[in-house]
Amino acid sequence: MPFGMKTLGVVAAAGVGTMALYYKAAHCQVHHARGGSGRRSLYPASANYPELSKHNNVMASNLTPDIYARLRDVTTPNGCTLDGCIQTGVDNPGHPFIKTVGAVAGDEESYEVFKALFDPIIDERHNGYKPWDKHPTDLDFTKIRGGNFDAKYVHSSRVRTGRSIRGLGLPPACSRAERREVERVVVDALGKLKGTFAGKYYPLSNMTDAEQEQLITDHFLFDKPVSPLLLASGMARDWPDARGIWHNSQKNFLVWINEEDHTRVISMEKGGNMKAVFERFCTGLLQVEKLIREKGWEFMWNEHLGYVLTCPSNLGTGLRCGVHVTITKLSKDPRFNDILEAMKLQKRGTGGVDTAATGGTYDISNADRLGKSEVQLVQEVIDGVELLIQMEKRLENRRSIDDLIPPKK
Amino acid sequence: MPGFPGNNELQKAYDTSEDYPDLSKHNNWMAKVMTKDIYAKLRDVRTKSGYSFDQAIQTGIDNPGHPFIMTVGAVAGDEECYDTFADFFDPVIDKRHNGYSKDAKHKTDMNPDHIKGGDLDPKYVLSSRVRTGRSIRGLALPPHCTRAERRAVEKISVDALNCLKEEFAGKYYPLSNMTEAEQEKLIDDHFLFDKPVSPLLTCAGMARDWPDARGIWHNADKNFLVWVNEEDHIRVISMEKGGNMGRVFKRFCDGLNKVEELIKGKGHDFMWNEHLGYVLTCPSNLGTGLRAGVHAKLTLVSQDKRFDDILDKLRLQKRGTGGVDTASVGGVFDISNADRLGFSEVKLCQFVIDGVNTLVDMEKRLEAKKSIDDLIPTEKKN
Repeated sequence: MPFGMKTLGVVAAAGVGTMALYYKAAHCQVHHARGGSGRRSLYPASANYPELSKHNNVMASNLTPDIYARLRDVTTPNGCTLDGCIQTGVDNPGHPFIKTVGAVAGDEESYEVFKALFDPIIDERHNGYKPWDKHPTDLDFTKIRGGNFDAKYVHSSRVRTGRSIRGLGLPPACSRAERREVERVVVDALGKLKGTFAGKYYPLSNMTDAEQEQLITDHFLFDKPVSPLLLASGMARDWPDARGIWHNSQKNFLVWINEEDHTRVISMEKGGNMKAVFERFCTGLLQVEKLIREKGWEFMWNEHLGYVLTCPSNLGTGLRCGVHVTITKLSKDPRFNDILEAMKLQKRGTGGVDTAATGGTYDISNADRLGKSEVQLVQEVIDGVELLIQMEKRLENRRSIDDLIPPKK
Repeated sequence: MPGFPGNNELQKAYDTSEDYPDLSKHNNWMAKVMTKDIYAKLRDVRTKSGYSFDQAIQTGIDNPGHPFIMTVGAVAGDEECYDTFADFFDPVIDKRHNGYSKDAKHKTDMNPDHIKGGDLDPKYVLSSRVRTGRSIRGLALPPHCTRAERRAVEKISVDALNCLKEEFAGKYYPLSNMTEAEQEKLIDDHFLFDKPVSPLLTCAGMARDWPDARGIWHNADKNFLVWVNEEDHIRVISMEKGGNMGRVFKRFCDGLNKVEELIKGKGHDFMWNEHLGYVLTCPSNLGTGLRAGVHAKLTLVSQDKRFDDILDKLRLQKRGTGGVDTASVGGVFDISNADRLGFSEVKLCQFVIDGVNTLVDMEKRLEAKKSIDDLIPTEKKN
């Protein structure tokens, strides 16, 4: 283990709060750009300020020349720079369907050291979340009400999140050794899961053709990212080294290792039993957390940002709880987008964030990630989807949905 | 590399063996040369501009192989790389350039009067082109430069180009501010270069901040062209339809020599030394950085099973007419010098002139259904 981790292991025993405070004190010192970046100071910050006139992402909307000048020569203790964080936003001016964030964190400290930029990004992206706000974490699935949708409309239910291993660089900036350490730590923990969670790890590097076929058929296989949003940030380096997929034998609890985040945890099944999906999600996630703590590791978390992930859009819960639902008639109603917005829901095509819907079947999920707990978000999706189904049924019977339209919040 | 510069402090907490890349499926020069010892020695070293060994080899790790050519798999982020990481680059250069020792001296000769002949048969030679690259000393190379440095490259180059006169007088078209009309025209002229899509280039970080400080300059006659901040600081191209390679090379040398004079007048230099010649981003372009080539119709000789061996002996290389990543179409090949380092510009251009003449002679013989046996070279030119 690297030198820092032994100390962290001791502190971990004292509890999460202590860990968070210790970590913040010891690791969030600002460093000034060393060595070669001295050449940067040959040019004033203004000479290096990016050309953002054609850009429409959250970074470009918030990176003033002043903020850039203040942060350009500063680095995190691990050496991450602001230029590194914003490269993806400079290289990708916009996206056809969504306003992208345009910045990533290279490590946990990035959010602190570059807060002059990340705070306004987080504010804009997360509905006015302030630097002094506290984020609630709640994985108590027993609080959920309802959540068993009509399978005639809801074809599948899924909950995903991400988790980062504290002390290791994030995918845009990590070294190969760190990435392999993430793999070791997580796979070691997953290997100890039992009962309905017992499963197997399939490293991308050593996959047989047969295994690959099966994973593709199960819709589990993830491939090297092709999206320029991800490539430009450096997350695809060294592919497929230390990348892999773990899933349980029942194929309803799945973990991606070292894709866009250290880990992505997914619970899913066909049909509409979101309640069961969320229960499995929470139980599995909490077991994994317990197992990594036994080895002296922790997830990146603090009481302001909740779980810390690579993309600012996934801070807080990192949670996307969604269904594939057929709402052919409702989706043609001119009020559809407003209805979704009022319910804090988001639509995507069934191929994911970069696709459009086909044949009236949509991916509907929570729009929010930060400022509300996991339980709150899942309940919002459950209540929202029930209402969408109710509206669809009304329209099928040629009845009005006027009384069902939620008021704009 | 895209994103973060090479100063990951946390990395040092791990032994170099834990960071050693998995190269088991790789087939490029970097993978062939790399050893655990070399990596251990160089992992924590940085050039003065802060470039790391990991950054230099990232493109080779991310691109295990290429269908048509043995790629290099490493780039330089600045001039110093070739020295700071000499334990790695020396063997790569040696292998890539057919045996070039670390003590060898490279000869530069940009005098077009030294060329013999050069008027190739236009019935077979459809177009002639000479290109090279140049780097502005003191500024980091495309994989590593900051936006400020890239903009400085643009300013220095364009200031010099705008002083050129007569046959070389021309205009600069920055990629950022191009009008639709200008873009159409440049596409029609086959001058426009676009953001690289090849993962060989994007993985090395050269496409960062596109299209900032990138552009195309060309003279009014459209036969002398400069690309600014694509794969190298500048790429200089002289080209015209038909077979007058001699004239193309003369224009190439005259234009480039004038540009060098102009930048020196402002206190700048091209990166050059007597071992590696002109220093460019990719080790494959060291020395002359020169590719002199023709598009030639060689339908019959290209189908002869000795074709590849003939080319090899003539020190020539074939490509499709779409460039290095394409295959040939309709019997028309891009034929150019295979070497870059260890031979001067004049020598390489002469190889192309002499070699293409031989190939055209062979083609004519085969058209007349006569044998080419006596024309086949028995040993490699040098």
